[in-house]
Amino acid sequence: MSTPLLEVTGLQKHFPITAGLLRRQVAAVRAVDGIDLTVNKGETLGLVGESGCGKSTAGRLITRILEPTGGTVTFDGQDITHIKRGPLRDLRRDVQMIFQDPYSSLNPRHTVGTIVSAPLQIQKIPTPQGLKKAVQELLELVGLNPEHYNRYPHEFSGGQRQRIGIARALALKPKMIVADEPVSALDVSIQAQVVNLLDDLQRELDLTYLFIAHDLSVVRHISDRVAVMYLGKVVEVAPRDDLYAHPRHPYTVALMSAVPVPDPSRRDKAQRERVLLTGDVPSPIDPPSGCRFRTRCWKAQDVCASEQPPLTVLADGHQVACHFPVSDEEQHAAGSGRSAAAAQARDKIATVVADPE
Amino acid sequence: MTTSVPVTELGPADLSPPKSFLEVRDLRVQFATDDGIVKSVDGVSFGLERGKTLGIVGESGSGKSVTSLAILGLHRTRSNAKVSGEIWLDGEELIKADNERVRRLRGRKMSMIFQDPLSAMHPYFTIGQQIVEAYRIHHGGSKKAAKQKAIDMLARVGIPQPSRRVDDYPHQFSGGMRQRAMIAMSLINNPELLIADEPTTALDVTVQAQILDLIRDLQEEFGSAVIMITHDLGVVAELADDILVMYGGKAIERGPAEAVFRTPEHPYTWGLLGSMPRLDREVRDRLNPIKGTPPSLINLPSGCSFHPRCPYAGRNGDRSFTERPELTGTTHAVACHMPPELRREIFIQEVSPNL
Ligand SMILES: Nc1ncnc2c1ncn2[C@@H]1O[C@H](COP(=O)(O)OP(=O)(O)OP(=O)(O)O)[C@@H](O)[C@H]1O
Ligand SMILES: Nc1ncnc2c1ncn2[C@@H]1O[C@H](COP(=O)(O)OP(=O)(O)O)[C@@H](O)[C@H]1O
Ligand code: SF4
Ligand code: SF4
Ligand SMILES: [Mg+2]
Ligand SMILES: [Mg+2]
Repeated sequence: MSTPLLEVTGLQKHFPITAGLLRRQVAAVRAVDGIDLTVNKGETLGLVGESGCGKSTAGRLITRILEPTGGTVTFDGQDITHIKRGPLRDLRRDVQMIFQDPYSSLNPRHTVGTIVSAPLQIQKIPTPQGLKKAVQELLELVGLNPEHYNRYPHEFSGGQRQRIGIARALALKPKMIVADEPVSALDVSIQAQVVNLLDDLQRELDLTYLFIAHDLSVVRHISDRVAVMYLGKVVEVAPRDDLYAHPRHPYTVALMSAVPVPDPSRRDKAQRERVLLTGDVPSPIDPPSGCRFRTRCWKAQDVCASEQPPLTVLADGHQVACHFPVSDEEQHAAGSGRSAAAAQARDKIATVVADPE
Repeated sequence: MTTSVPVTELGPADLSPPKSFLEVRDLRVQFATDDGIVKSVDGVSFGLERGKTLGIVGESGSGKSVTSLAILGLHRTRSNAKVSGEIWLDGEELIKADNERVRRLRGRKMSMIFQDPLSAMHPYFTIGQQIVEAYRIHHGGSKKAAKQKAIDMLARVGIPQPSRRVDDYPHQFSGGMRQRAMIAMSLINNPELLIADEPTTALDVTVQAQILDLIRDLQEEFGSAVIMITHDLGVVAELADDILVMYGGKAIERGPAEAVFRTPEHPYTWGLLGSMPRLDREVRDRLNPIKGTPPSLINLPSGCSFHPRCPYAGRNGDRSFTERPELTGTTHAVACHMPPELRREIFIQEVSPNL
């Protein structure tokens, strides 16, 4: 079960910001700034975090749509960090990507048949029963009508278009799929259909997923382990149930408590225990020194500004990048749930409001 | 096919005077398009009291936004739109009111927070200029006094250093700050009715939590009536006193939030709840999606428009396929042909265990 298929160490992507006629680099967007991740064979690793924290960039680095500016990516024992065109084409067979927007990721002028068969043709994969038959089997696999081979993307609904994207990704029988917000654009009833489909396909085809999303409930449903990102860094990684039951990084605690609970009888409790963050996520061009979360963290101390906390394994198995991880006592003290953390956060916020800089 | 009645001939649904602060009766909104008539809202009724929040939920295209725009009278400028029914706000009927009157009420008595603040704000004017303008339309007074009012309001919605940021342009604000600025703009005249259309859909959860907290606080302070429109059941559960579930332009279930979440009675509401993974429950092996896709509002299925997707459609002889179910019930109302006892039994026996 836990043989690593993908290993990422110190992965970095700095997008240059240039200025002037000579397009000299004046700064860089540190979209992904040194992350470590492992995805084991057959598992689903969820990757969560807020808009702009670098999830998509990480996904594009791993699938080598982008080239890293630092660190290494190892897939199935092979270093793919800087591989060239030929071997990159071979990598495409093994690692495929599904995108968020089922509308813009399909060429509107191509039929479904053309779209789904493209990877087979580019890779010159032999199809003994003919290309059309191969595509129809793929359409059937993802729950689409094989007769719709000649239709165009606009003739399908959002959920069906996402299925077309999945069929295309499966054409080469990949080992791993990086799914970047594959259900975010879909209505909830359709979202559930696609989540179940991804579940079934994983079982049938022995797939490994990196599932990128900002919806914490969907990620919990589908993942075996979950990694949390903040401003270009991974701040916590843990098995799914451990992470949701005992978040250790203050940011993970705040993120989880912010999810609205679909139960009106619990709303007062949820609101009391909520850790409300103030302010906005800082810019990835000029991130805070030390711990990047310190400008919004209610546990921050002086050391947090001077020393970057490394991602380290705690006694309970969580990997956490924090000088002062949230303990069980803090979580459970003063009653139930996260009320102690919430109370601390409220006090901190109250002093900030009373004493603006 | 339902027979189409020319909307102008539809009489008022109810002749008694309105009892609630806001009362919407048999609201219908249709758009004439090249592909045919889009029945975006097809006979929706509800009431709302001051200080209370109504949550309207439904998937995209179910008619939520068109409903809210109708209340604000914003379809008036669209030549292809036909609006009928009655909208009573504080004893005054708005559909038959003249344009000038509705314009005077808009922004002062009722106002709206949109999903996308960029499209609702002018890019060439500062945040401050826009809030000042919104205030002075209704109050007049000096620009200086209005600007101070704008700064106070920005502070109130949690914009740091408001006296400096008031002179920023919308693009200089982050998404969360823009949403706050729009809330400041819609609250500057203490509206008695606030309609928030997916106010947090484009935002991250941590920012969403801040904004929902803000709306809750402001409502408590000003006692406004709030309509919260969203596709996120979690968001309505956080805020709403009452819930209206829309499907294909119709209200299919309406009731107190507790009842709709605890003992939902419409198969579509069951489907929504079954589709949704939730953090407050054990992880389920599989989700229970609704089969098929939402209907086109140009060509709605006959009878109950949910029937092609409903696992219980066969339980009513052919009524589900031929006859449109009316929304019936008093506190908790449902539009489904199954008898209430049967619906409750199915929910307890078959649906609830899988949620
Ligand atoms: N090509 C690029 N050039 C410059 N900056 C970029 C580029 N691509 C991404 N960025 C920046 O890198 C950061 C991370 O972007 P990324 O798209 O990875 O975020 P994300 O976590 O996927 O966010 P979302 O949830 O909104 O999809 C952002 O600040 C973004 O603006
Ligand atoms: N100006 C318009 N002209 C034609 N159709 C419209 C117009 N505005 C909205 N509609 C249609 O009305 C239906 C309901 O839309 P809307 O209320 O925006 O849905 P939602 O529930 O997602 O807010 C959709 O089918 C939409 O395409
Ligand atoms: S290192 Fe310090 S600032 Fe960063 S999360 Fe931990 S306690 Fe907060
Ligand atoms: S009326 Fe029939 S089709 Fe419609 S929801 Fe009820 S059982 Fe289902
Ligand atoms: Mg992204
Ligand atoms: Mg809408």
